[in-house]
Amino acid sequence: MSAVAHSLVASAKHRWWEFALWALLLALPSLLPTHSLLISEITIIALFAMSLDLILGYSGIVSLGHAAFFGMGAYSAALFAKHIHPDPLLGLAVATVVTALLGAVCSLGILRGSDLTRLMVTLGVALVLQELANKLDFITGGADGLQGVIMGPVLGRFEFDLLGQTAAWYALGITLLVFVLLRRVVHAPFGFSLKAIRDNPLRARAIGIPVHARLMAVYTLAAALAGMAGGLQAQTTGFASLDVFGFDRSADVLLMLVIGGTGWLWGGIIGAVVFKSLHSVISAWTPQYWTFWLGLFLVLLMLVGRERLIRPWTWGRRA
Amino acid sequence: MLTLLFDGVAYGMLLFILAIGLAVTLGLMNFINLAHGAFAMAGGYTTVLLMQHAGLPFLLCVPLAFVFTALLGAVMEATLYRRMYSKPHLDQVLFSIGLTFMAVAAVDYFVGSTQQLVQLPEFLKGRTELWDGALGMGHYRLAIIAVCAVLTVVLQLLLVRTRFGSQLRASVDNQRVAAGLGIDVNKVFLITFAVGSGLAGLGGALGAEVLGLDPIFPLKFMIYFLIVVAVGGTSGLTGPLLAALLLGIADVAGKYYIPKLGAFIVYSLMIIILMWRPQGLFVRGGK
Repeated sequence: MSAVAHSLVASAKHRWWEFALWALLLALPSLLPTHSLLISEITIIALFAMSLDLILGYSGIVSLGHAAFFGMGAYSAALFAKHIHPDPLLGLAVATVVTALLGAVCSLGILRGSDLTRLMVTLGVALVLQELANKLDFITGGADGLQGVIMGPVLGRFEFDLLGQTAAWYALGITLLVFVLLRRVVHAPFGFSLKAIRDNPLRARAIGIPVHARLMAVYTLAAALAGMAGGLQAQTTGFASLDVFGFDRSADVLLMLVIGGTGWLWGGIIGAVVFKSLHSVISAWTPQYWTFWLGLFLVLLMLVGRERLIRPWTWGRRA
Repeated sequence: MLTLLFDGVAYGMLLFILAIGLAVTLGLMNFINLAHGAFAMAGGYTTVLLMQHAGLPFLLCVPLAFVFTALLGAVMEATLYRRMYSKPHLDQVLFSIGLTFMAVAAVDYFVGSTQQLVQLPEFLKGRTELWDGALGMGHYRLAIIAVCAVLTVVLQLLLVRTRFGSQLRASVDNQRVAAGLGIDVNKVFLITFAVGSGLAGLGGALGAEVLGLDPIFPLKFMIYFLIVVAVGGTSGLTGPLLAALLLGIADVAGKYYIPKLGAFIVYSLMIIILMWRPQGLFVRGGK
């Protein structure tokens, strides 16, 4: 094998600490059973953040409306469970497929134009869907949210319990599966071609990468995974409301990804944990005004440079 | 019907004044400033607070709102924004979202989250009906249209006829060459940013009565400002002006005729336009 091939294979290898961390994460619901609800919440937004990382970190598409897909997944899963079949895995699959279709359609909008155009189109899609969910209240329950979603047991055996342990394991299991899948995807030639497009679309096209097809594929995949996260959220909480489409949600997930670092899959997970911890600490202290401190944090982080947050050894140096 | 058109035009003119600063920031500095609405809100609150606590008349408060927001813009540009020009768009987006969040929470903390009311002077409160009520014009909206029209003409003249205008256009076209010709690009940026923020503040002050004023104003109208700029393009004043008028009329008419769909029409229209012409409707050629 050539040196390049060696380095590529080496970078794709699972590190020992990754196995250890995943073992710890999977053990969390039994270690901290009373915090199971929080654990599944964090797991779900970590999955959501990972899906955004695919398009932001790997493909360089700035999206301000990723919550569109989260919300679509949430409503699809909730409606499917309520009206058709209560099985969670089946519902999750349906939510994922529905959102993938939506993502495929929306991907047409992000191919052309500047960052601003993409920003507007992604934001616009989320707003349109929110508006639709609000107005179609005979289907979605409108502003009251979609209530009375009863889920069946996972795999036909594990009932959702009040403590939320089953929900936490369910969410963790799905997220682990996606993580392993995405590791394969980003270290495959497909993933490398995405990075090439991110760094220079013109050159990428010149060396024969089908830029549009790749961007559409990755956008669809990211949408499907975001929809999966939304579906998980609706299933584990038994509820879907308009805020799943909210601008706040799209902004928060961007922030999480930036905290954890873009362009590596752990970024979403670490970012979600840090963000949620920050959130619970600050909002316990000042519940109404916590967005002020969130904003301050963002501003300062951007002024000093976000790359430095995950590289503590550069803190002493001047920019 | 005509009344709707009239209201739409007034709304559109207001949006134009509010968004023109953003168009300049984007076109000139290629900076995506999502915090633009915060400046408009600052102008609105300056007016409301001055009127309520200092007892100043409305007509004095509006220019003061312009001055205050312009100063605020200048300070922010010199201390914060200038450092962000060279960063990637993602950083700019997050930075300005952060500023917006801070502004929203700060106003909520100091003033409270209730909707603020502006007490208009008596002579602006009336309404004139023409042609047996086919066209009803609120005097205040008439005044808004007049003020905004004058401002538009003044801005256009400033941009085309003055020395500063040519320096500005030179900096838009090519920053490095402009600097090489001895134009102090930093100063041009500073002044332009301040004036743009000031205009947003003025729009916020004028629009407090029409648009409503509460702490989430910057988030509520962010998308509208962005639509004006994205659809209108950033190459001149005409594009954003037409886009703002179109948006104003579409929004007012849409909410009147099909209230069930509300803002849905505007957003869908925007997506379709942007997919069809990603550089904006009124741009000749593309870059």
